[in-house]
Amino acid sequence: MSGSRTTEVVSPDTIALRRPRLPRIAPGLLLAWAVILLALLWALLPWIFTSYSGTIGTAGQQLRAPSALHWLGTDQIGRDVYARIIYGARHSLTGAFLAVAVGLLAGTWFGLIAGSVGGWVDDVIMRFVDVMLSIPSLLLSLSIIILLGFGELDAAVAVGIASVARFARLMRSEVVRVRRSDYVEAAFGSGGSFSAVLWRHVLPNSMTAVVSLAALQFGTAILAIATLGFLGYGAPPPTPEWGLLIAEGRDYVATAWWLTGFPGLAVVLVVLAANRISHSFGQEPV
Amino acid sequence: MAKYLIGRFAQAAIVLWAAFTVAFILLQVLPGDAIMIKFQSPDLGLSAAEIAQIRAAYAVDQPIIVQYGHALTNALEGKLGYSVQQGVSVGELLRTNLPPTLRLASLGFVLAVSLAVGIAFLASLTPFAWLRSTLQALPALFISVPVFWLGIVLIQVISFRLKLVSVISPGEFEGLILPTITLAVPISAPLAQILIRSIDAVQTQNFVAVARAKGASASQVLWAHVARNAILPVLTIAGVLLGELLAGAVVTETVFGLNGLGSLTRDAVGSQDVSVLQALVVLSALVFVVVNLGVDLLYPVLDPRLRRRFEGVR
Repeated sequence: MSGSRTTEVVSPDTIALRRPRLPRIAPGLLLAWAVILLALLWALLPWIFTSYSGTIGTAGQQLRAPSALHWLGTDQIGRDVYARIIYGARHSLTGAFLAVAVGLLAGTWFGLIAGSVGGWVDDVIMRFVDVMLSIPSLLLSLSIIILLGFGELDAAVAVGIASVARFARLMRSEVVRVRRSDYVEAAFGSGGSFSAVLWRHVLPNSMTAVVSLAALQFGTAILAIATLGFLGYGAPPPTPEWGLLIAEGRDYVATAWWLTGFPGLAVVLVVLAANRISHSFGQEPV
Repeated sequence: MAKYLIGRFAQAAIVLWAAFTVAFILLQVLPGDAIMIKFQSPDLGLSAAEIAQIRAAYAVDQPIIVQYGHALTNALEGKLGYSVQQGVSVGELLRTNLPPTLRLASLGFVLAVSLAVGIAFLASLTPFAWLRSTLQALPALFISVPVFWLGIVLIQVISFRLKLVSVISPGEFEGLILPTITLAVPISAPLAQILIRSIDAVQTQNFVAVARAKGASASQVLWAHVARNAILPVLTIAGVLLGELLAGAVVTETVFGLNGLGSLTRDAVGSQDVSVLQALVVLSALVFVVVNLGVDLLYPVLDPRLRRRFEGVR
């Protein structure tokens, strides 16, 4: 972790001039939140955004280019691409949330134990983390998916398990950092029990970095789940999962660019937004 | 120094052994009996005795711990077992599939490094603020693009729209252009980010100010003083990136219909060919460990400050 924090030298007259003001939010960050919010609305209430179905096509409307009737065109069996992307948000976002939850819970737990217990427990956990980090995450999630079987939830859990090591390593380094601070020493000194200090002081103070990594991992998980979906190990057709949409559109790459173009754009925008939000926590997750 | 070397080698060996063990537990122990599942299906019409024979041939009728011992000693001798699906030895499969992936990955790596260096140096050399911020935003964009989608878009735009590269029976070199770009773009992003950050950090150092005060031009300072020092942090992620090249090959080779370790991986997952996948996992861990070991040994060579510290320790 880069712990470089600049200390500001404040002269007396700047203190006098300083007025309380609303925190300024960068326009890019605002846009990022808007994108995530929109994607969440798509996932929760897809029907208010489109009157078409995400899985049932209209006969006689096959492979239409984008038009006023079908904003983003239709696919080979007449399904509206815009509707499929909107209904697909639920699959992609739920998967990403599940993956982050698995990685966050398991990783935080392991990191907390490693960092606070120390000794051989720390050594064993961190060696295990090293091994997990030495295997590319796609290969790791593919190995886990063989174990779990193919499917939407399995893909999400596999991506989540593959990210446990990153959370564990970050959490451990945060715990080690916080443990050395004066207020934790003071809490121990004033008779706090080990678990109480851990829960009341160490955990909350390690959270900023972990939340930042969670936001980053949310974007990564969307990419990873889409990749598994594209390879055919995620949600089965006709699920409008984003990776699967791109995989299905691949056969019409020469004639119907909108089948692959727009779902890919949706993935890029949501992942970009998640990364931007992660960045705004001001910490660089390793 | 010798103590450091031995410790470092031992550590690498332990990580590798642990990776093998994790892969063994994950792929061979937990899923249950893959061979049972494959040969038990009634349409193959095998009798119980024949299945038992096949199981004995693959040595899966023994207790797990014995199997593990066998697998480990065999792996140390370079024998990685047999592919259940294709009936050939895993070593053979790796040998035939390694060269095309190696070629693609090395081209991809070279392009990724040039791309990252180009972005980082241009970003710190340019006098225009808008160009600098655009270049600095590029890596974030590169990271957010799904690799498979990038490949498809490249085919769409460059092959079908602009007709620059043929996708139907292209020449050997022509056929590698788009896959190389696809593989390189996401790999270049973290490289460029670290390079930009480390150039910025180095540029505030005193020796850079001295060089500038002595009248060196901006590009002179960058090449002669900043670049050498800024490269060091980049080396630390080299191991991760080379592993990612292999993972990227899975997607890239699928999109472009190429043969290699990537498509081997994809097929192994699809047909639940665990011994092949296990070998690939161990191979990627080996690449990671060897590269990191190499980087650690190279560090004192590149950084005189570290060398001095080692000499002091000795």
